[in-house]
Amino acid sequence: MGMPPEMGTPQLPAPAEAASPGMERMIVSMQDPDMGIKMRNQRLLITVIPHAMTGNDIVEWLIQKYGISEEESLHLGNLIVRHGYIYPLRDPRSLVLRADESPYRFQTPYFWTSTKWPATELDYAIYLAKKNIRKQGDLIEHEKDNYNLLHKRINHTWDFVVMQAREQLRAAKQRRKGDRIVIDCQEQAYWLVNRPPPGAPNVLEQGPERRNCHTTRVQLAKNMDYYKREIEYCRKAMARTRVKSSICLEGYLKFNEQYVPHDPIMSGCLPSNPWITDDTTYWAMNAPTVTTPTKLRVERWGFNFSELLMDPLGRAQLLEFLKKEFSAENLSFWEACEELRYGEQSRINEIVDSIYQQFLAPGATRWVNIDSKTMERTLEGIKTPHRYVMDDAQMHIYMLMKKDSYPRFLKSELYRNLLAEAVIPPETKKRVFPFMRKQRHSSPSPALLLPAGDTEAKGEEKSRSPAAVPEEES
Amino acid sequence: GIPWPPAEMAWQEVSLFAVHQVAERVEALGQFVMKTRRTLKGHGNKVLCMDWCKDKRRIVSSSQDGKVIVWDSFTTNKEHAVTMPCTWVMACAYAPSGCAIACGGLDNKCSVYPLTFDKNENMAAKKKSVAMHTNYLSACSFTNSDMQILTASGDGTCALWDVESGQLLQSFHGHGADVLCLDLAPSETGNTFVSGGCDKKAMVWDMRSGQCIQSFETHDSDINSVRYYPSGDAFASGSDDATCRLYDLRADREVAIYSKESIIFGASSVDFSLSGRLLFAGYNDYTINVWDVLKGSRVSILFGHENRVSTLRVSPDGTAFCSGSWDHTLRIWA
Repeated sequence: MGMPPEMGTPQLPAPAEAASPGMERMIVSMQDPDMGIKMRNQRLLITVIPHAMTGNDIVEWLIQKYGISEEESLHLGNLIVRHGYIYPLRDPRSLVLRADESPYRFQTPYFWTSTKWPATELDYAIYLAKKNIRKQGDLIEHEKDNYNLLHKRINHTWDFVVMQAREQLRAAKQRRKGDRIVIDCQEQAYWLVNRPPPGAPNVLEQGPERRNCHTTRVQLAKNMDYYKREIEYCRKAMARTRVKSSICLEGYLKFNEQYVPHDPIMSGCLPSNPWITDDTTYWAMNAPTVTTPTKLRVERWGFNFSELLMDPLGRAQLLEFLKKEFSAENLSFWEACEELRYGEQSRINEIVDSIYQQFLAPGATRWVNIDSKTMERTLEGIKTPHRYVMDDAQMHIYMLMKKDSYPRFLKSELYRNLLAEAVIPPETKKRVFPFMRKQRHSSPSPALLLPAGDTEAKGEEKSRSPAAVPEEES
Repeated sequence: GIPWPPAEMAWQEVSLFAVHQVAERVEALGQFVMKTRRTLKGHGNKVLCMDWCKDKRRIVSSSQDGKVIVWDSFTTNKEHAVTMPCTWVMACAYAPSGCAIACGGLDNKCSVYPLTFDKNENMAAKKKSVAMHTNYLSACSFTNSDMQILTASGDGTCALWDVESGQLLQSFHGHGADVLCLDLAPSETGNTFVSGGCDKKAMVWDMRSGQCIQSFETHDSDINSVRYYPSGDAFASGSDDATCRLYDLRADREVAIYSKESIIFGASSVDFSLSGRLLFAGYNDYTINVWDVLKGSRVSILFGHENRVSTLRVSPDGTAFCSGSWDHTLRIWA
């Protein structure tokens, strides 16, 4: 039985790539004569179908071959069937893998989704016409609809469709019953994949087309500029120092050791994980600004300078410490530089000027101590301000805080007191009885927060739970 | 001419460097149990992207039919919803302040919507068109403030934008095909990000100069997702070649492959647990595989979604992760 060539059919897009390039490899190894699934004759009522297997055979083979659980095996097997690489002989209308004695067969490669035969309207019409003739008009709902639709759409070739259908049915009658059943099932499975019934997942569906950008063509303009950039890139790549593997590996070990106790998924969290117990105490206790931070949090500030600086509470404590050392302007300078780096393009001049006045100008109230070379370069740079003009100075001050102030902070009485006063929340176990589930309270959205100073209104806002807002058209 | 090979370059450890070499020195993981704790239903079509708010419970999600929804995923309440004028909204991001969201897709743009609870205000009215590409928007992310956005596009480029003016601040050329994903480096000193594309390459960029600093090409197919390891010294990738990989930036090479013969569908989205010990990866076979980053083995497989997992992010405090799927739902796992 062959698929007729397209004759004047409308241009259809090529079928999508098989979702999984590895599926073919898997199918081939499943059919390996030595290590593949043991195929036998399967009985379908009174007919014997050769080269078939049971659903159980498939599941067991996957479990043995890949060392996976039954659940995973069944899931994987189902995907293989849904993609049409294996089809059921009994109940061929649903592409489902049953882990029992149900008979299955491997789909002929002719019909594989990766073969990329375009499943044309004409082919589908002939298939439906055959079914219509055989079942004397008793098609299932969606097939009936499709049949009528096609009849309208390609009415001009309908005589050809019916003729082909009749011819194929006639040729099929000359085959053994077993072969006829197999061919029918193969075809049925093919069309279930290529024309899924409404409600069934369309396994061939892909996202938006990729690789339709023209960058490749542009890149391949191998002109002077292209090669200059390539040479520059390679020069830099060769000059870059690569760290020894042993050092990198040590890095992973150290990071793992430090952070795993702080990883809620790995180590749990106290008093409990809000998602598991519906108790939000954990979030309340670890809010950006609390009076008494938890022990884990304060410990984390000791891991590296970044942890201290990037925690709003840690940063506030750092500021307190720097004030005592009369170097608080360093942190303020660093923050101002961040504002420049990530601020609006339109405010660059304004921010640069503000930084200069506050921190860099001779006699500035919060003058920062930068080395003369960097200061010179920076002052020159701010004549043509841009968002990265403070980078050098900012890095200098950052390193000062990190190498100088931070180690002292960790040894300070301030930090030691924080550690001593930090709390370890007691554990709350998950409630056993589901009907005693805690009410899940909403929290004020960050989008509700009003500008600072409006504290009275803020208090009011906080007690109002945001209600669902009706959808708005764009 | 350039002397070749450079004298100081030692051809050391070409094939021996792999993270799993430390496997014996790392404690084994105990019983691993993660379940769906919330299911967010409300999208009428495939969920394509999601992002967490810094408040650790709110999220924004976008879908094929153009809908963008902001949820309090703890209560599962929807708080905001807007319909984009285009379909396939493949990118969305929450602003650091929590006061705005960004999104885009087949409209080739990235737009910013301020979030408002004022019933008299139409959220769509305050919409700001920020980024303009010549092909679909595949990913977007705010930098350290609400005022800058980084985008990746099917036009093969990434770009940095000033939100207020819509001005292009820097563009990044180098990928030979569609860029599908990006992630900003966690460091507060550096200014780098990594991108992955249909050219099978992962590229690390200097945001200031627009130059590519490092490039990695070991995948056999499109890279759908890239995510930095929490220390910032490495990043993971997920690809249509059904593998996830770990690239070390200091050693300048791939140092681990996360794959299994039974996993034959592409990985669409990856993210690390807080400590970086676990890598969660969502796949096109509807599952989520959990990998032990250091030992290289698979810890667990999570079932639940009824179609492709298209997006996956760990929450800001690491207490859970969220997955979005073509089955129209999002799930919170913990």
